[in-house]
Amino acid sequence: MTQHQQTPSQTVGPYFAYGLAPTQYGYDFKSLFTPVLAQPHAQGEHIRITGRVLDGAGKPVNDALIEINQPDANGQLITSVEESERKGFAGFGRCGTGTLAGNYFSFDTVKPGARGDGQAPFIDVCVTMRGLLVHTFTRIYFSDEAAANAQDEVLNSVPAGRRATLVAVRENTNAGPVYRFDIHMQDSAAGKETVFFDL
Amino acid sequence: MTADTVQTLSPRDWACHPAHIDPGYKSTGLRGPKHALLPMKHALAERNAPVYSAVQLGEFDNDMTKNAVMNGEPLGERIIVTGRVMDEDGRPVKNTLVEVWQANAAGRYVHKVDQHDAPLDPNFLGAGRCLTDNEGRYTFKSIKPGAYPWGNHPNAWRPNHIHFSLFGDYFASRLITQMYFPGDPLLPYDPMYMGAPEHLRETMVSKFSLDVTQPDYALGYVFDIVLRGAKATRFE
Repeated sequence: MTQHQQTPSQTVGPYFAYGLAPTQYGYDFKSLFTPVLAQPHAQGEHIRITGRVLDGAGKPVNDALIEINQPDANGQLITSVEESERKGFAGFGRCGTGTLAGNYFSFDTVKPGARGDGQAPFIDVCVTMRGLLVHTFTRIYFSDEAAANAQDEVLNSVPAGRRATLVAVRENTNAGPVYRFDIHMQDSAAGKETVFFDL
Repeated sequence: MTADTVQTLSPRDWACHPAHIDPGYKSTGLRGPKHALLPMKHALAERNAPVYSAVQLGEFDNDMTKNAVMNGEPLGERIIVTGRVMDEDGRPVKNTLVEVWQANAAGRYVHKVDQHDAPLDPNFLGAGRCLTDNEGRYTFKSIKPGAYPWGNHPNAWRPNHIHFSLFGDYFASRLITQMYFPGDPLLPYDPMYMGAPEHLRETMVSKFSLDVTQPDYALGYVFDIVLRGAKATRFE
C-alpha cells in the first residue's frame, strides 16, 4: 500500500559542476565519481567511450552530466568499495560535457561482460542537464557485438529504425579501442532522437 | 517473496514529475525528448547502485559553513537542513548518498559560468554530501541561499533553493530535485517549481522547525524525500 508519493524531479540546472563533478571541473572538492572507471590493472579490454549530447537544433550541449553504470569484464556488478578497489574498477562513472573541446564526454573503462544469458553487453546511462526537468535513461550497446545484439530482448523491443541510436560505434585507434556514442535529445539534422527508456 | 513473485522497482510515477517539455521553461524546448519513453521491465537483479562508503567523505563534507573556509566564517544566515529519505511505503533508504549544491547568501554560485553581479564568498563553496543513517536521515549545515536572476524571461528570479541529488538503493531510483523554503514569494513565478504537478509542489518546500533550530546558532528546516522502492510483483 503506497503511503507517500515520489518527490518531484527538478532540473539539475547549469551549476552542478562544483557539487557533482568538482575534480573534473577544477574545484577544490574531491569528486566521488569520475570519468575514469578502470585503473590500469582492471581485468578486461580497456576502452574509451566518447560522444556529445546534441539538442533539438543539432548543437552540442555544454552543460550536460552523463553517468554510466556497468558490470566488469566478466559481467559482474560491483557491490562494494572493497571489491571496486581490489578489481581496480569503479562500475560507475560521471562526466560533464563542459571541460573537453567540442563539449565531449569521455569515459575510460573496460568493455563490460554480458549480465546474463541471452543479453548483449551494455552500459546503463543517465543523462541530465539544464533544461531537462526529469533525467533520462538510455543504454550503450557495442557495434562489434552484432550477433549478441540481435538476440537481446531489450534491443529487440526497440523499433528497428531507432536501434542504431543505442549502439556505440567502435574505432580502433593507436591509443586503443574508442567507441563513439552521441546522445540526441531530439530528432534534428544531426541525427535521430536517442531511444530513452522508462527505466 | 514466493516462487511466483519477483522483486521489482516501483515505476516512475509520471503523475509526480514535470513534463519533459514545459513552455514556461524555455530551455526545455530543445532539450526534452519528444518521443515517448520505451517501457522496460523492472527486474531488480540488474538494478545496482553506485558504491561508496563513509570513508570517502571528508569530515566537513556535510557542513558547508566549514568545508571551504579560507579566512573566516561564510556570510549569511546559518541553517540546518535535515530530513528522511524513504520509499513510497515509508521504509527508510539507509546509507544512501545525498549530494547538495547551492548559491551563497548573495545568490551567487561558485560555478565559473555564473556571471550574476553578486559577490562570491571566499569562505563558501556551497557543495556538500553525506550518507543517510539507519532511519534514512540526513543532516546538512549551511548558509541560506539567496535568490538570483536568470534569463528565462524578463525579470526572472529563482526562489531560494538547494539542489539535491540521490541514487537510493538502485541506479533507476535516481532523483535530482530542488528544495525550496517556506513563504518564498518567488515560488508562484518560478517555472521550475510550477512545472511540478500542483498537488506535490509543496512537498518540495522545506518546513521550518523550531525543534531542529539550534539556540544561538542556526534556523532548522526539514525536507523529506520519497524515492521509488522495491516491491514484490507477481511473475507472469
